[in-house]
Amino acid sequence: MALLTAPTEPSSVGPPLSLEPSSRRLGEKFIVALLFGAAALAVLITVGIVLAIAGPTIEFFRQVPFSRFFSTEAWAPNFVPDGFGVYNILAGTAAIVLYSCMIALPAGLGAAIYLNEYASHRARRILKPVLEVLEGIPTVVYGLFALAFVAPLLQEIWPTFVPGKLGDPPGFQFVLSAGVVLGIMIIPTVASVSQDAMSAIPHGLREAAYGLGSTKMQVATKVVVPSAFSGIVASFVLGLSRAVGETMVVLMAAGAIANLTLWPNDPVLTMTAFIGRTATGDVGFGTTTYYTLFAVAALLFVITLVVNMISIALVRKFREVYE
Amino acid sequence: MNARKKDSEMTDQATRAAGPVPSPQRAVRDVPDVPKEPVFTTQDLNIHYGDFHAVTDVSMEFGKNEITALIGPSGCGKSTVLRCLNRMNDLIPTARVSGEVRYHGIELYGPKIDPIEVRRRIGMVFQKANPFPKSIYDNIAYGPRVTGMKVDSMDDLVEQTLRRAALWDEVKDKLKQNAYGLSGGQQQRLCIARAIATNPDVVLMDEPCSALDPIATLRIEELMAELRESYTIIIVTHNMQQAARVSDRTAFFTVKVNETTGDRTGGLVEFDRTTTIFENPSDQRTEGYISGRFG
Ligand SMILES: Nc1ncnc2c1ncn2[C@@H]1O[C@H](COP(=O)(O)OP(=O)(O)OP(=O)(O)O)[C@@H](O)[C@H]1O
Ligand SMILES: [Mg+2]
Repeated sequence: MALLTAPTEPSSVGPPLSLEPSSRRLGEKFIVALLFGAAALAVLITVGIVLAIAGPTIEFFRQVPFSRFFSTEAWAPNFVPDGFGVYNILAGTAAIVLYSCMIALPAGLGAAIYLNEYASHRARRILKPVLEVLEGIPTVVYGLFALAFVAPLLQEIWPTFVPGKLGDPPGFQFVLSAGVVLGIMIIPTVASVSQDAMSAIPHGLREAAYGLGSTKMQVATKVVVPSAFSGIVASFVLGLSRAVGETMVVLMAAGAIANLTLWPNDPVLTMTAFIGRTATGDVGFGTTTYYTLFAVAALLFVITLVVNMISIALVRKFREVYE
Repeated sequence: MNARKKDSEMTDQATRAAGPVPSPQRAVRDVPDVPKEPVFTTQDLNIHYGDFHAVTDVSMEFGKNEITALIGPSGCGKSTVLRCLNRMNDLIPTARVSGEVRYHGIELYGPKIDPIEVRRRIGMVFQKANPFPKSIYDNIAYGPRVTGMKVDSMDDLVEQTLRRAALWDEVKDKLKQNAYGLSGGQQQRLCIARAIATNPDVVLMDEPCSALDPIATLRIEELMAELRESYTIIIVTHNMQQAARVSDRTAFFTVKVNETTGDRTGGLVEFDRTTTIFENPSDQRTEGYISGRFG
């Protein structure tokens, strides 16, 4: 302490000392206002969407009782006699989510682990951009890929893997082909978000693990994955949300038959495909079919909300353990 | 200061503030001229990072059950040498080792050597405490688990290890709590405990006390003195007093500049018994560094 030199005298020339703001910093205030506006806009739009959906949804439930909507009766909102059993298209969505996530989550996590822990510098330099390109391919192209390539392939190999009557090959639109392609489509999202989380864990942890004689596999599974857990959960939820919300691929490749089934061989109609197919402009404003669109949209909204809330809870829970 | 109480009766805070402070002086040990039983022998060890020649021609021996200190100015290659003793440098793609490093006579960089097996015998403690974001218990149990060590009771092993690391009394009631809840000094002692849980042959320490206060530092030094009975310890330190207090032998490294090319490279200047290095060094550069005139 004694070694510190005394502060030098302020130079005698120059303006007197002032600690008041040197300018009114209007520019900064303006930018802050702009940023606040951007953040507020996002909130306002969300509120707007909720309100826009809520009105027609309430109207729908005035015309169709809850007990008919949440039921297994046929799904035929624009037919006579009509049917509003949303479980049929909920099942379609569930089936698509099931098969696509069965592919996307393990493969995405695996790709992330490979990229982060195993890939050489060169492999990473090639694979990362490839993944990013895959993320940018329009979904309609994936839909074509499902129809033209994956569906025929699955039709051909189906009887070899599934015996007996169930072994009848599917038609050209069915759950599995759409699910598989959707799963492939989501892999890059899961992989890149997971890998970002893994690459963010401190280098010291990895060194500690190697220093204790861990194999690469042990470093990956016992240190890297648990430490990056919240990011991995986030990537899974993102993947799941995309599977729930994806429209084009299922519209093209999953069929159009509302079907209360999870069986991979069946055609299904998902909630998104129903909306995409029905909201084409020739739905009369104010008809029950019109309101049905909103009721289904509201249900989709609630489902994604619940999924996100579960993920936030999960992340919180594991934060306690891992930070 | 408070009167000394038994550790277990004190709160965590009190332990750190008023715990028994080990005397900085230690009993003078007989240190033979050359290590009786060398654990490591290096011969013309050279280490490159890409084109950069980081360390040139290091030849020295590290004795069994001795504490060897590596000292020298920043950038002289102490960490580089240390990390090549358990093949941690393998993790740096550009690092290249040439010359000879023998561990109990076995060429460490031989073609059949598995770096993972090497690291299971040669533990490491880093400058910055790096516990896993797991419970205290799981931190200690990590090594035994990944190495597939046969243990009768993991609970007993964890307790024993923490006792050996003089940490048991402070953490015994919160074994299941996250290690990040410990103080910096406790975290570093936990890392030492984690490193000795698998009963390694050697413990390498790279500036283990550089982020700690003097009391935590003294506790770790005391711990090292105890561990020397069963382990071989090699420590990098910037703290001269620490090297003088804990080590049996000291190696002084420095940055050597090639007069003609201007290239800088690290190298060993002098390696001897710690008492000799500090009281009667034979190289001027050593003397200058130790007396604080250089480096
Ligand atoms: N991963 C690396 N890649 C390239 N050069 C490196 C790397 N690690 C260290 N070096 C260089 O090697 C030389 C020796 O570094 P090292 O970390 O061994 O020094 P040190 O003696 O431990 O220094 P300090 O006391 O500051 O820790 C330095 O010039 C450093 O810049
Ligand atoms: Mg260093």
